[in-house]
Amino acid sequence: MSIVIKDVSYKYNPGTTYEVTALDHINLEIGDGEFIGLIGHTGSGKSTLIQHLNGLLSATEGQIWYNGENIYEKNYDKQGLRTQVGMVFQYPEHQLFETTVFEDVKFGPKNQGLSDQEATLRAYEALSGVGFPDEFYDQSPFALSGGQKRRAAIAGVLAMKPAVLILDEPTAGLDPKGRDEILELIRDMHERSGNTVILVSHSMEDVAKYVNRLIVIDDGRIQFDGTPREVFENYLKLEEMGLSAPRVTYLMHRLYEAGMPVDVAVTTVSEAKQEILKVLC
Amino acid sequence: MLRDITIGQYYPADSILHKLDPRVKLFSTFIYIISLFIFKGLSGYIFITLSLAIVIRLSKVPFSFMIRGLRSIVILLLIAAICNLLLTPGVPMFQYGFIRITKIGLENAVLMTIRMIYLIIGSSLMTLTTTPNALTDGLEKSLSGLNRFGVPVHEVSMMMSIALRFIPILIEETDKIMKAQMARGADFESGGLVKRVKSMVPLLVPLFVSAFRRASDLALAMEARCYHGGEGRTRMKPLKYHLSDYKAYVVSVLYLVIVVVLRFHRFSL
Amino acid sequence: MNIIEAIGLTHEYFRRDEEGNVEGISVALDKVDLDVREGQFIAILGHNGSGKSTLARHINALLVPSEGTLIVDGMDTSDPANVYDIRQSAGMVFQNPDNQIVASVVEEDVGFGPENIGVPTEEIWQRVERSLKGVGMWKYRSKSPNRLSGGQKQRVAIAGVMAMEPKCIILDEPTAMLDPQGRSEVVRVAHELNKKKGVTIILITHYMEEVVDADYVYVMDHGHIVLRGTPREIFSDVELLRKYRMDVPQITELAYELKRSGLPLDDAILTEQELVDSLTRLALSGRNG
Repeated sequence: MSIVIKDVSYKYNPGTTYEVTALDHINLEIGDGEFIGLIGHTGSGKSTLIQHLNGLLSATEGQIWYNGENIYEKNYDKQGLRTQVGMVFQYPEHQLFETTVFEDVKFGPKNQGLSDQEATLRAYEALSGVGFPDEFYDQSPFALSGGQKRRAAIAGVLAMKPAVLILDEPTAGLDPKGRDEILELIRDMHERSGNTVILVSHSMEDVAKYVNRLIVIDDGRIQFDGTPREVFENYLKLEEMGLSAPRVTYLMHRLYEAGMPVDVAVTTVSEAKQEILKVLC
Repeated sequence: MLRDITIGQYYPADSILHKLDPRVKLFSTFIYIISLFIFKGLSGYIFITLSLAIVIRLSKVPFSFMIRGLRSIVILLLIAAICNLLLTPGVPMFQYGFIRITKIGLENAVLMTIRMIYLIIGSSLMTLTTTPNALTDGLEKSLSGLNRFGVPVHEVSMMMSIALRFIPILIEETDKIMKAQMARGADFESGGLVKRVKSMVPLLVPLFVSAFRRASDLALAMEARCYHGGEGRTRMKPLKYHLSDYKAYVVSVLYLVIVVVLRFHRFSL
Repeated sequence: MNIIEAIGLTHEYFRRDEEGNVEGISVALDKVDLDVREGQFIAILGHNGSGKSTLARHINALLVPSEGTLIVDGMDTSDPANVYDIRQSAGMVFQNPDNQIVASVVEEDVGFGPENIGVPTEEIWQRVERSLKGVGMWKYRSKSPNRLSGGQKQRVAIAGVMAMEPKCIILDEPTAMLDPQGRSEVVRVAHELNKKKGVTIILITHYMEEVVDADYVYVMDHGHIVLRGTPREIFSDVELLRKYRMDVPQITELAYELKRSGLPLDDAILTEQELVDSLTRLALSGRNG
């Protein structure tokens, strides 16, 4: 078991009239090598939750165990935890700061206390791992396109060799091709390295296509936790939470109502295609 | 944390204070600040405290909201108090090694701290009850005489109101950048002065880049909405004095007179 | 009548190296022809850097053509005397909701445009009320923009443009930074303004679902308009769209995949209803035949 969240609650401004409960007794286990999608509308508590996993926020109540150790123990190495549980924030602009992309990617490894040589090696590995074109290694990160900035930011976190990678809406603001490229990159990395990946997303179609396990958070509580198929069967409840199911799921329900004996739990285009062909041919 | 700063924030409410003309509020705040530096004695102290309490009541801004603004400058207040406490010469009341506290020092420290707190509460009362736009409108109108001397009053006040609008946004952004860098192992908390200053680079560079980007975006958006300086502009909320504004002027002057009288006239209290 | 008419619109700019010396000339828009009739709902698609934002800025006279002409509401954008009239009749909403709201109170921000063009105080208030009600943000009029969601901020920005009583609104990726809820709010408001008030809308976007209900679509690539047509025409060539880094709505994609597997379906099925109808018809004919 890699991460265990035990009865965690988090309150903003505790004890004041502005107290807001962002997390309400969360229990969760995240195993090694899982590919997890986390969905919830803005303000549901999902950002608060992921910031607990690498210790950026500390629970008001409850415990978090990482690899069998309580991260709230007095002598626990929080700095070390952050390099183990890597987190890529939504906007790459919030982390890119060095004069060149290459130097920027070295920032994480150097903070880990690695030598310059090791950091350089890590940076090479990370940048080539995310398919960053080498002619841009010495470019200023500010001159890059949106998609390349995103890659540089992901490389900056990968260079620390985290065992868990959390990505907060890594495709925001990209064009459709750019979105697919980044998501495919994440899946490839996951398959190659076997890392645990947690993908925070607003796109039901994307999570349906890529993740194995889907967690739905609403009002600071975990509402659903299962495979995308299982979760999206509750599409009516998801709608009450300001979420939805992938378009094809709705289509399958409509076909079923119209008398076609299709499986309504379908969540992706390729599944839908197979289902429809099976029924029609 | 950073977002607790209430100075410069507007608190929407429906109160007499909110409705007053910003020029009156600027004037009274000015009077109030003067009064803080001339009052003396217990009677003056009581009078100022009472007046402040009444105005806070009238503003309908929760007191706890104002106090939050103070939290962020507690350290500043402490340093000022300690300096006053330790560095004022005179007959020592208490001595331990190089620490020497005098009666005047103690008095000064207490008075100074009270003055500072009152100053901050008083001036934040103005910003809490006045929208930044009304405030800068008030400044623009009050200072419009300076236009004749080539001071770009409209431009300056526009800049101020924009700065006030973007301060909360940039504070939030600072928080996000800090977290993004901490997630990469950056350490903003430990180490000596040099290390700490150096550790600010990964925070400041993205912050500045973003601020410049916002500035150029905003300039474009303003141009797209036909902004072209103060010339030929009309006002959605033109400043007009009402009866209550004149009353407020009178009350402010009366207030100052009482503070002065209390200072020079010892009442038996 | 055409409210926007571009003939051979070209935008070139100097590329500079780090010292500021001219390295060469880049072309952001290359001989673009475009005409928009009053009251239309137009969508423009294109990947990042395809020139669509540059085009938007031309329509608002924030940029002037290097070559060719652009006429907005009968006015030539290259004539400096027309600038403010053009910006008034063709308003613009930008991508980042925070970076276009000037004032710290919602109603004051909506009043900013009318103030700039010298509308009398009384009328500003009427316009602010009308515009905020038009986007469903009237009850937030005295709130600070910082307390609003992204979708609400964009609606305020739209109201700010509406208060200038434009004939046309250009929305430059207004939904790129929003969550799905915010996105649908903004697109719904744009359609409402188009239908109820007859405002011409030009929506620039990356989201294919937002394009389905448009009257006409342009696809841009490298400064050129490479495709133009109704959404149905545009979405009929899935492979070509993907070549331009675009995509099709998921329903269209499924229909396309089914067709490739041999099902006799029409090109470019856009809505769930259409696909359900076609498939049930097929199922029936299969059973009968």
